[in-house]
Amino acid sequence: MSDRESIIVTVQRGGPATPQYPQEFEVPAFESQTVLDVVSWIQQNVDPTLTYRFACRVGMCGSCAMMVNGVPRWTCRTHVNKVLKGGKIEVGPLRNLPVIKDLAADMDPFFDKWVAAEGRHHPTLSRDDAIAEIDPEQAQRKEASLGIECINCSICYSACDTVAGDSDYLGPAALQRAWTLYNDGKDADKDAILDAVSGKGGCHSCHSMGSCTAYCPNGLDPLSAIAGLKRATTQRFFRGRAK
Amino acid sequence: MTPFHLYMAQRLSALVMAPFVLVHLGVMIYAIQGGLTAAEILGRTQGSVFWFLFYGMFVVAVALHAALGLRVVLAEWAGLRGRTLTFTAWIIGLGLLGLGANAVWAVTAGGMS
Repeated sequence: MSDRESIIVTVQRGGPATPQYPQEFEVPAFESQTVLDVVSWIQQNVDPTLTYRFACRVGMCGSCAMMVNGVPRWTCRTHVNKVLKGGKIEVGPLRNLPVIKDLAADMDPFFDKWVAAEGRHHPTLSRDDAIAEIDPEQAQRKEASLGIECINCSICYSACDTVAGDSDYLGPAALQRAWTLYNDGKDADKDAILDAVSGKGGCHSCHSMGSCTAYCPNGLDPLSAIAGLKRATTQRFFRGRAK
Repeated sequence: MTPFHLYMAQRLSALVMAPFVLVHLGVMIYAIQGGLTAAEILGRTQGSVFWFLFYGMFVVAVALHAALGLRVVLAEWAGLRGRTLTFTAWIIGLGLLGLGANAVWAVTAGGMS
C-alpha cells in the first residue's frame, strides 16, 4: 500500500471558450496508480465535465498524452509514484497544440503536418504484381524499421522547442515518418519526400536539441531520423536528383 | 531562395570560414611573437593581393553566415516573418559586409593608393 492516503492533483481547466485556470483535486492514493487513473478518478467521482482523451490504457494508441509537471508524458504508462513531488502533481493539455477543452488538445496541426511531410506511401507495384521480397537485414530496411513503432502520441511534438518557436515546423514525428518512407524499399517517390521536407518548416529548421528523442515514450530517435533527412537532401544537392 | 538553399548557404559559408579562422588566429599569434608594431603589420598586408583575397572572402562568408543565423533567431525569438524578416536579414548581411569590406580595404589596399 502507498504510505499516503491522498494526493493533490492540479488540473488545467478551460479552453478557447472559457479562460484557462488551474483547479485542485484531492484524489485517494493507491499503489500502482497511473496519472491516467488519477484523471479518470476525478472525472468519474468529482467532476464529470472534466474533458480528456484516452483509449487503450496500455501504451499502444497514443491518445492519452498530457503535460505532467510541465513535461509531456503518456499518462497511461506513467506511475504517479515516479512523478509525485511533495504529494502533488500538475496535469495539463499537451504543449504546442491548440486546446479543445481541459486536457484534450486539438491534434489536427500534428496530423496535417504528417500529410505535409509526404508521410504517405508511394507504391512501386500494383495489386496485380507479385509481392516484392524485402530482406529484413538490409541496411536501409533496418533504418526504416527504427521508426515504425511510432504511436502518433505527439509527445515529441510537444517537447520540441523548435515547434514552440516556429509554428510552420513540421515536427519530429512527421519528419521521422518521412525518413522511414524514404528508407522503405517499397516506396517509389523518394524525391517527393525530400521535396516535402525541404520547404518552409522542413527538416532544415531543426536545431538538433534532441527533446524529441529524450521524451519519446517508445524510445525512438526522431533526432537521428531528421539528421538522416538533412544528409539525404544535402547529398541530393551535390549529386543531383535520381533519374 | 528556398529554406533549403538558405540552409546550404549557411553550412557552406561555415565550411569556408573554418580554415580562415584557423589561419587568422595562427598568423596573429605568430605575428606578435617578435613584437611587431601595427605599422610593421600594415607594411606587410598593404598591397598584398593574397591578404586582400584572404580577408575579402572571409568577410563575405561572415556576412552571409551571420545574417542567415540571425535570420533564424529573429524568426523564432522575435516572431519576424515574411518581408520584414527578409529585409532585416539583408540589412544585417549588407551592414556586416560594408563594415568588413571597409576594414579589409584599409588593411590590404591602403598601401596601393
